[in-house]
Amino acid sequence: MDAFGLALSLVFNADTLIVIVLASAFGLFVGAMPGLTATMATALLVPITFYMDPIPAIAAIISCTAMAITAGDIPGALLRIPGTPASAAYVEDAHGLTRQGKAGLAIGISICAAALGGLFGFAVLMSAAPMLARFALNFSSFEYFWLSLLGLSCAVIVSRGGVAKGMLSLLLGLFIAQIGLDPLMGQPRFTFGFAELAGGISFIPAMIGMFALAEILRNGRAGLQIVPQIKVATPFAGVGAALRRYRLNLLRGAATGSVIGALPGVGGDLGAWITYSIAKRTSKTPEKFGTGHPEGLVEAGATNNAALSSSWIPAMVFGIPGDAVTAVAVGVLFMKGMEPGPQLLTVNPHNFYAVLLVFVLANLLLIPFGYLAAKVARYIFEVPPSYLNAAILLFCVVGSYAINNTMFGVLVMLILGVLAYILQSRDFAIAPIILGIVLGPLVEQSFTTSMTIARGDPLGFFERPIAATLGAVTVLIWLAVMVRAAYGAWHLRMSQTHNQ
Amino acid sequence: MKRFAMATAAAISLLATGNLALAEYPERPVTVIVPWSAGGGTDATGRIIATMLEEKLGQPFNVVNRTGGGGIVGHTAIKDANADGYTIGIITTELSMYDAVGSAPLTYTDYSLVGLYNADPSAVFVRADSDYQTIGDLAEAVEADPEAIQASGANFGGINHLSWVSMVQGLGLDGAQSNWVPAEGGAPALQLLASGAIDVAVVQFPEAQGLMDAGEIRALATLGSEPNAKHPDVPPVTEALGIDFAIAGWRGVGGPAGMPDDIVATLTGALDEIVASQAFRDQMGRLNYGVVWADGSEFADYLQNRGEAFGAAISAAGLGQ
Repeated sequence: MDAFGLALSLVFNADTLIVIVLASAFGLFVGAMPGLTATMATALLVPITFYMDPIPAIAAIISCTAMAITAGDIPGALLRIPGTPASAAYVEDAHGLTRQGKAGLAIGISICAAALGGLFGFAVLMSAAPMLARFALNFSSFEYFWLSLLGLSCAVIVSRGGVAKGMLSLLLGLFIAQIGLDPLMGQPRFTFGFAELAGGISFIPAMIGMFALAEILRNGRAGLQIVPQIKVATPFAGVGAALRRYRLNLLRGAATGSVIGALPGVGGDLGAWITYSIAKRTSKTPEKFGTGHPEGLVEAGATNNAALSSSWIPAMVFGIPGDAVTAVAVGVLFMKGMEPGPQLLTVNPHNFYAVLLVFVLANLLLIPFGYLAAKVARYIFEVPPSYLNAAILLFCVVGSYAINNTMFGVLVMLILGVLAYILQSRDFAIAPIILGIVLGPLVEQSFTTSMTIARGDPLGFFERPIAATLGAVTVLIWLAVMVRAAYGAWHLRMSQTHNQ
Repeated sequence: MKRFAMATAAAISLLATGNLALAEYPERPVTVIVPWSAGGGTDATGRIIATMLEEKLGQPFNVVNRTGGGGIVGHTAIKDANADGYTIGIITTELSMYDAVGSAPLTYTDYSLVGLYNADPSAVFVRADSDYQTIGDLAEAVEADPEAIQASGANFGGINHLSWVSMVQGLGLDGAQSNWVPAEGGAPALQLLASGAIDVAVVQFPEAQGLMDAGEIRALATLGSEPNAKHPDVPPVTEALGIDFAIAGWRGVGGPAGMPDDIVATLTGALDEIVASQAFRDQMGRLNYGVVWADGSEFADYLQNRGEAFGAAISAAGLGQ
């Protein structure tokens, strides 16, 4: 317990606390700006951490990313521009609430569910980090293949407009993911000799275009109506009730997120999609999903930050970072003489506990900062819609330009935005396209790697216990969907013949 | 009054020099392309270099990971960037091989060479519960059936693959028979090893450190003629198997060909100071990376020699065109 006391003194001093607050404010700003990402925020912080002590340096990165990723839900709720692929899972519900005049509630639920999920993730880190890390080590390309297929299947099943159209959307996303150099041998595909296509279609301009631009087009055509925001004493009114009502979703989302998040590479992006679909499948009112229903928002929001906490597990325990953010953080750990690895937990446990305490503070800080953001956000809707749309369009252009600092990003945003508008007016869901773009490379990579290991034997995908389980679940879901479709068709035909 | 005039003159001259200094390269943030995934060795050292260049030259050096195609995507992106000095990159061993393997028409002549900062041999790793206790055990298993041993450690035709093939070749077998599983980099290959999907990982020590400390994997041999300074217990393959083996990975900084000479000179000067600094050596040492230095023309000679040596090894291994 000495170590814990030491950790307390490392975190609860003026320097570290100021760093945490400033980094959180910075993260809030970056996350709430459409197009700016948590990765960008972290990369900008690194040179500053150079001059800090180890614990404040790590604290800066942790609190900045936690805030930036959660704040990505704010433009999602207000403007239908999701900040991360994960928040694309529930952007329809968050934006739906805003259209009902409940922007404060939407942001409040996202933020509070995220904070609680993050705290749950902390508890998991505290008690089970080495165990969970060991579990994550069991995942090879076979398991990743099934897991990503499972995630894609979930996106199709929950999509509005039916499974068949969801599947077509997904295939379009997977096709877009094919553009560029193939991951195995670097052969150009669908590039038609354009150097810029060889780099592939990055998901951020795609996401901005397909959600935000399509929304502007729709508003412009429908003649945008001002959504009067319900004036309440506090923007978070009703959040507590929603969280209490869906407490089971909250707990399940956080628990699932903690486990999926620990898998290097995919956890953060996939978790929210899987739990959103679980929430829909188990809900008493699945038809309300996607129209501004808090249930999925609670569950997937909690998953998001729980996964964020546990995505640090493989990085800290084995030095295997799962994404760009944790890779940057691992670099900072190294630079500050805190080499990631099991000795981080045994040799210098006070450092490990200090990092955990920072997680707690960062997640608690989400609530006041989120409250502030929600309070300010209301004023956005007092701007006349035509000006607001012009401003959003500006953000779309800047955000998609900023990814690689090329006009190519803007072009991608425009083309996919118009495409999404057309698809949406024909009831095709957009979310599966985005997930296809994000997970396409992983599906392909894990498939080719697995086939190489299995020497071309497809049964290899069922030879390892976890892979076999995941595979069986995925195939069962497919079968259930097909049986239901067949039964529906049969039922329809029977009732028609009966009527004749 | 005179004093005021002097002060004004001084202030003006200060402003003037200030403006001049501002007009020098770099005036705005520089992008540093890393052709390998976040968390691998190139990423780690690239981020150290970028941070230190940022300190030296006063502008952000933003690291961008452009992965895929066994580093070809990133290397191509560096080559095709505007030669204005605002996009540079970390170029790696694989550049010595693409042409010989026939995977991409990329050679060191496509780049403005800034400097070489690192050279390291790879090492052979197995799971802690593996039956192979020594490199001799593994060598016997490979001799019995080279196709039965699944190895990984980055892309097909990369340094780790080539090191593995050379070892198999050194055992008197046909190197083309070895079974190599392509991966996106060192970290994904180690994940494959730890999960039990493959038998052997050929990566560098720093990438494997965390898993070694955790007791999940063991090092069997260093693929070089000298033991690694931080792991003197791990025998070099030359000593353990009597194979003459001198292929090592390298990492350097380069930009697209045709960058202005003064910009290359500025970068080379800054990199020279960085590589010579104790802070850099300490960080590289802590991460267990070997430090070497060669500036533009020496770097070119080094790469020419490497290109020939690797070319010979590649065709011997049956990987050439």
